[in-house]
Amino acid sequence: MNRAVTPTSLPDAAGHYDIFGGRYVPEALVAALNQLEAEFDAAMGDPGFWRELDDLRRNYSGRPTPLTDAPRFSRHCGNVRVLLKREDLNHTGSHKINNVLGQALLTRRMGKTRVIAETGAGQHGVATATAAALLGMECRVYMGRVDTDRQALNVARMQLLGAEVIAVESGSQTLKDAMNEAMRDWVASVDNTHYLIGTVAGPHPFPKMVKEFHRVISAEIRAQMLDRYGRLPDGVAACVGGGSNAMGTFAEFIDTPEVALYGFEAGGDGVETGRHAAAIEGGSVGVLHGMRTYILQDADGQTMESHSISAGLDYPGVGPEHSWLAATGRATYEAVTDAEAMDAFEVLTRTEGIMPAIESAHALAGVMRLGRRLAVEQPDASPTIVICLSGRGDKDVDTAIRYFGLTGKPDSATGGAA
Amino acid sequence: MSVTAGPAAGSAAAFAAAKQQGRGALVGYLPVGYPTVPGSLAALRALCGEGGEGPGVDLVEIGLPYSDPMMDGPVIQRAGTAALARGVRTRDVFAAVEAVRSTGTPAVVMTYWNLVDRYGVEAFARDLAAAGGSGLITPDLIPDEAGEWIAASQAHGLDRIFLVSPSSTDERIVATAAACRGWMYATAVMGVTGTRSASPTAAPELVARIRALAPGMPVGVGLGVSNGDQAADVCAYADAVIVGSAFIKPLLAAEEAGTPDDLSGLRAVLADLTAGVRR
Repeated sequence: MNRAVTPTSLPDAAGHYDIFGGRYVPEALVAALNQLEAEFDAAMGDPGFWRELDDLRRNYSGRPTPLTDAPRFSRHCGNVRVLLKREDLNHTGSHKINNVLGQALLTRRMGKTRVIAETGAGQHGVATATAAALLGMECRVYMGRVDTDRQALNVARMQLLGAEVIAVESGSQTLKDAMNEAMRDWVASVDNTHYLIGTVAGPHPFPKMVKEFHRVISAEIRAQMLDRYGRLPDGVAACVGGGSNAMGTFAEFIDTPEVALYGFEAGGDGVETGRHAAAIEGGSVGVLHGMRTYILQDADGQTMESHSISAGLDYPGVGPEHSWLAATGRATYEAVTDAEAMDAFEVLTRTEGIMPAIESAHALAGVMRLGRRLAVEQPDASPTIVICLSGRGDKDVDTAIRYFGLTGKPDSATGGAA
Repeated sequence: MSVTAGPAAGSAAAFAAAKQQGRGALVGYLPVGYPTVPGSLAALRALCGEGGEGPGVDLVEIGLPYSDPMMDGPVIQRAGTAALARGVRTRDVFAAVEAVRSTGTPAVVMTYWNLVDRYGVEAFARDLAAAGGSGLITPDLIPDEAGEWIAASQAHGLDRIFLVSPSSTDERIVATAAACRGWMYATAVMGVTGTRSASPTAAPELVARIRALAPGMPVGVGLGVSNGDQAADVCAYADAVIVGSAFIKPLLAAEEAGTPDDLSGLRAVLADLTAGVRR
């Protein structure tokens, strides 16, 4: 697929989506952000860059990803017909590779030889380590101590891929602290290092750039819908942590108001309990990690810890364009609890034979709830909604074993001596 | 360009007074709330020379701890995390400013932008000025995003201390100097607080560029200085040397030794550094 980027009016030249976004960073990073922005803009207009990226997408990552009809799952979704955009079938198991391949090619373009990344569950870290192995770059991944302890398998995957994994023991020892530590590394290493941020967050130009690298998700949805059904979907839906898969799912439809946009945040134990990661639904506007956006903060502006069963959504902020889409009402955001997400995880696995990442299960649960609501509100409608199945659930089997109380033991035995 | 002089307590006045004595100024950093709020007020007064035999610092930089201190190294992080865990609040910084001002030493506050944003930029400027503070150092606010702060600081006569780094272009040094009021903070290493530069020429080179691009702008340099000899080296080319981690280490050590109120280690570091800038 070779495609020009659609120019949009946002963000402005300084990276603002109205009051959101911008650059709240040390001056020491401004030169690097300017270099990155210039290189990104040049690459977007360079057919050679797109040719190489498209080749990697097609022949390395496995794009285009299928659009799968989910009739048995749809029976749990009121009057909604669900189609699944299968980002789980990408190399490394999630949509994360889309962004990583783009930024890795930019890193090489800038003449830099080292990449650093933050990671929560480890999915972005694994994707970054993968791209670094592919392009022969040095790679260091920062991961909170709490996460290295609960995601040992992904730590080992990154190490097998040749990356160095640093456990971050400052602050709350989770994703937000890993991001702080990666920023500190970058301030000191900016001459030869690119900070490969894993979501549509951080200072300008990261939100804009990461969106463009994930735009392929909605571009494919649009083409697949028109090709197969001769029409666009009535809505698209995705889970939102930092919001990269959702932004990729929304991108091509933001200027098409007849396509509804649904984002589902991690509601943890419920927004009302305070133990959640729903920055839009349960947060307020502030500055974190270089951007102005909705964040979880206390009365003084200290960042509060987020809570979610899904490590990939366990982040106390959200990309600034999502804040803008929420504030303008163009997209609708709702919180989904751990329990609702795990229920949807089980339903999809049993009805379609597809085990979703727990992150993606939040989007599934959100549409289940939405569909039941629409069945009451608009009983004669039969809307088609495309859900971005952002990742596969292999990494979540341990969590599922604990959550569902499985033992990992056989149901019964046969053939032995009596 | 012209530098606007602050009010009588303006922090640049501390630089000017040191200059009249033919030396560079010493700026000392401590966070409010470590080891406790009252303990930090005692440490801040000690930093001003109270209870000691020699002089204190010329200007105090009071840190307001933040949950996500992107620019701070491990020493300041450790003290800040402890202060937050023990319940330090934004409003405590104004008590700290008053404690420093009670010794006659001027004070500026250093903190990350979200805390000021959340308090209300205008309200923060008002309360900082009312407490007798001279201004604010903003490590994660660049002039590009500072419209509200520039207006509030102007209205309340507060210094605006923005940072520049070796990677700053000439254009950005000129623009940042134009946005500063009082003095400019040169982060002369590419790295977080408490780290030393690999290149010993980076700091003097950056200061020389600032001198050429923004004549008359006083420059303070922070680069992990920990003793009097290093402070003397910096004062050979800068208007002030900024020291943080070296003052906090003896406080962390005192707490580890079970004597968190023991300020003798802090006073020893202070004596060495105040002598250094007077060499």
